[in-house]
Amino acid sequence: MTSEKRVSGVGEASTREYVTVKISGQFFGLPIEKVQDVFMPDAITEVPLALPEVAGVLNLRGRIVTAIDMRKRLNMPPNENASAQMAVGLEFNGESYGLIIDEVGEVLKLDQSGFETNPSNLDPRWAAISVGVQRLDGQLMVILDVNRLLAIDEAIQAA
Amino acid sequence: MDDLLGEFLTETAESLDVVDVELVKFEQEPNNAEILGNIFRLVHTIKGTCGFLGLPRLESLAHAAETLMGKYRDGAPVTQQGVTLILETLDRIKELLAELEQTGAEPDGEDTDLISQLNIISEGGELTEAAAPEASGEAQQEADDSAAIQVTEREVKPGEVSLDDLERAFQEAEGPEGIDLSPEAAANLSANAAAAATGSDEAKDAEGEDKKPEEEAVESKADKASAKPAETPAGDNKKEAPVVTQTIRVNVETLENLMTMVSELVLTRNQLLEMVRRLDDSEFKVPLQRLSNVTAELQEGVMKTRMQPIGNAWQKLPRIVRDLSKELDKKIQLDMIGAETELDRQVLEQIKDPLTHMVRNSADHGLETTQGRIDAGKNEIGKVILRAYHEGGHIIIEIEDDGKGLDSKAIAKKAIQNGIATEAEIEKMSDSQIHKFIFNAGFSTAAKVTNVSGRGVGMDVVRTNIEIIGGNVDLKSIPGKGTTFFIKIPLTLAIVSALIVEASQQRFAIPQLSVVELVRAHKEGEHRIEMINRTPVLRLRNKLLPVIYLSRLLGLDTSDENGEERNLAEENVFVVVTQVGPQTFGIVVDSVFHTEEIVVKPMSNMLRDISMFSGNTILGDGSVIMIIDPNGIAQQIDTETTATANDAAETADVIDMASRTTTTLLLFRADSKELKAVPLSLVTRLEEINVTEIEKSNGRDLVQYRGTLMPLIYINDRATHKEEGQQPILVFTDEDRSMGLVVDEIVDIVEDHLNIEISAEKAGMVGSAIVKGKATEIIDVSYYLPKAFDDWLENKDDTALHRDFSLLLVDDSPFFRNMLAPLLGAAGYKVTLAESATDAVRLKDNGLIFDVIVSDIEMPDMDGIEFANEIKSDPRWRDIPIIALSSHTSPETIERSRRAGFIDYVAKFDREGLIESLKECKSMLGAAA
Repeated sequence: MTSEKRVSGVGEASTREYVTVKISGQFFGLPIEKVQDVFMPDAITEVPLALPEVAGVLNLRGRIVTAIDMRKRLNMPPNENASAQMAVGLEFNGESYGLIIDEVGEVLKLDQSGFETNPSNLDPRWAAISVGVQRLDGQLMVILDVNRLLAIDEAIQAA
Repeated sequence: MDDLLGEFLTETAESLDVVDVELVKFEQEPNNAEILGNIFRLVHTIKGTCGFLGLPRLESLAHAAETLMGKYRDGAPVTQQGVTLILETLDRIKELLAELEQTGAEPDGEDTDLISQLNIISEGGELTEAAAPEASGEAQQEADDSAAIQVTEREVKPGEVSLDDLERAFQEAEGPEGIDLSPEAAANLSANAAAAATGSDEAKDAEGEDKKPEEEAVESKADKASAKPAETPAGDNKKEAPVVTQTIRVNVETLENLMTMVSELVLTRNQLLEMVRRLDDSEFKVPLQRLSNVTAELQEGVMKTRMQPIGNAWQKLPRIVRDLSKELDKKIQLDMIGAETELDRQVLEQIKDPLTHMVRNSADHGLETTQGRIDAGKNEIGKVILRAYHEGGHIIIEIEDDGKGLDSKAIAKKAIQNGIATEAEIEKMSDSQIHKFIFNAGFSTAAKVTNVSGRGVGMDVVRTNIEIIGGNVDLKSIPGKGTTFFIKIPLTLAIVSALIVEASQQRFAIPQLSVVELVRAHKEGEHRIEMINRTPVLRLRNKLLPVIYLSRLLGLDTSDENGEERNLAEENVFVVVTQVGPQTFGIVVDSVFHTEEIVVKPMSNMLRDISMFSGNTILGDGSVIMIIDPNGIAQQIDTETTATANDAAETADVIDMASRTTTTLLLFRADSKELKAVPLSLVTRLEEINVTEIEKSNGRDLVQYRGTLMPLIYINDRATHKEEGQQPILVFTDEDRSMGLVVDEIVDIVEDHLNIEISAEKAGMVGSAIVKGKATEIIDVSYYLPKAFDDWLENKDDTALHRDFSLLLVDDSPFFRNMLAPLLGAAGYKVTLAESATDAVRLKDNGLIFDVIVSDIEMPDMDGIEFANEIKSDPRWRDIPIIALSSHTSPETIERSRRAGFIDYVAKFDREGLIESLKECKSMLGAAA
């Protein structure tokens, strides 16, 4: 319910821009206004005792960024080709986060008419962090909800 | 009040500057209600504050101006004359303030001229042309050449402020009447003002020249003045710097930004240093050293801007206490000690409210009513003492009252009522543990809810607020004597020095503050880590130190089950000996690198629950590492130990041994299958010897130990002993004598209530106790000691129970204290320990009463004889029987102690004798009662 409201709230303009990313072959979209930068995650320090989704912390131009392993977050198998990973930098509640994904695609300007709310049979782990699905040519793109994605605690409790 | 006045002056000066600007704006746009509202509010505030501080002249001026502005606000036509008059009034207020600042008192005089004019205009009248200039003329008389500037000021455009400051500075700098005021400050003032006032070039030029020589002449004087913090009372106006301009208000955000930038600078510096460290011969070295020093100084400087005396948080307390005193009809005296102690602004803000609350509490709950105090034979004026001081990177704030102390029974009752604890649990708790319940939510034992406190929302909020900033709060209460709260908070958390260590190929930072020492542990070295039932311990200078492997603690060690063997076999590990409060433990790491100044950055929200880390940081090489939180580790190691240790620390030297506090016990097997235990504190070391090393001499087993021969004692002499292999022994040492107790197997170290339930029938046993659910025999070390040495007496005994018979044991030797306390506890006495006669006297002064005192004779500082004299001179303790305890049994000593008032004299190892003597004592007391 809340997701619908959210979308209709921002969907007054008929098009929205998304940064597309690919994780294990699946397209995901992140609202462009949430994305700060895209970088190659390097020298990640693991954080002992942290949640499994937390890949670790890293230094991005003097800021400490908490890196989230999106594959783990989405319950996907680990990436075989770990060296070619990319990360999308976000800011949430004044803290810097980086979503580790496989590759970054182009920025798409998409019409809201192609947007649908989550299908009811979507994996609850996915449904918990996405607002809906955007139809592309021959593809579906899951639109991620950054707020819920990064509020890991509640999401896990809810799941 | 002086600080309050200072704050008022700074604040008012700022408000007035704003009013100046706004008024001019207002004159241009008389219909702008917003501007008028703003001015009105500012003047109203000034009026209110003046009234509050008891400054009638200022108050009435502000009041008159406010009235006129009120009229304008209500729609009266705004005349230029009226605005001019208000401006004049403001000038007058400034003059008065300047004087107030110098003398600390409002100058005498009348302002009827201005007030009456203001009133005339307020009432809608018009002034005659002559009246207005006359008023300003008066001001001119005081400072001739400043008049011109004052005039300019009125034409100042919005944004250009402080002309008045400039003018005053000039006045003061060259002051023909020689206003007695630090010239340095005045020069400062003019410099500040000049910088602000761009529109008065001529004036600046003209005055600047005159001022210079004087400025130089007083430089040395100025140094002196600035070296001394400006805390002289306002009444003493000789060297007092003007408050108004010596402080500048800076937006907190600006400071925070500055701090962040400096932090970044520190990091960059560290990176550079790291790079240069790798180069052998670099031309960068010298300039980098310079950069490094400058950075350090800058860092310190910026930190200082954040530091504020804690007195700032106390400012309002005298007033609050005064009001409380009226409201509650109690006579209360508030003493504040250490107000100059500085701490971080952020921390200061956080503790302001808790402190206020606690002072209120102390005044309301803590102190008795005046009548109550008289009845209790106390001074009718109740005291609340606030004390602040630094202690090892922390600030300790104490809030002490000399009231009635906490009512343990009421708290216990309430705790049961609220379902926080069961009756059975309460039964086992010491008073200090019960007292801690007041930090729980919804806890108030105040009989009735007053305006002041008693709503039960207090102490838990206080505790939470303090814990948020990484502090803790504790208390100590003595019935009839009062209660003291201790708050421990960190100075600042921004930049700390940390030790960089490595465990399982990962680096971590441990804050240097909590590190006591570094020990290299080596299998064959002097220090090695040993296992007691898979609990690692380190022998360090005759003490067993609990240690914990960092890698295992953090789940980095994958070898898990076989971990101990692997780590034990490791050639080299480092033990970071860490202290958290009263608890000392070792953190085992693989290697130790260097220390580095690190900038603590908070963990992101997602990682914040990990109690092992207090934050993270970027190292010189650019990598991110976690900062270990020693508090978190301490809690992990043993929450119970912490509680016990805190308890012990807080009750100072009083340890209630009678089954309440927990004791660490070493469990072992010897002779039979049943578990045996001995308090770990008695054991000096655990050794393992090869049976072949045991030598026999004079029918006794000995082993070479640390260069001397140490006698070995068996639990059962007649049993057959091991013929070969390794033999664990427990080493007991008192002063220079050691003995080894041969055991079959060391089982475990446990923490439990040592509640000896069955007194032993068997020689060598204190009794039996349930330890971790199993019946365990507690051995009596004093039985075995004499067996090792001829001059240690031998005896055996059975005991009788004398519950609720309180006994004070004074002995400087921890060995005997530890040995006798459980023994006497087992015999049914409620034992309190004192390490020295001085401590015992302190207990006496604290109002504690005992049924009997057992004291050593040979003690440093105050010996037993002196102690006895001290006791006999105090009516409260005069009648308490004292028994002497000594290893010397010469007739002279016995005679001497008898004369001093000891009723009996017992040799130190004569357990039976002591118990007998105590029994006699008891029956004597019983007969007397």
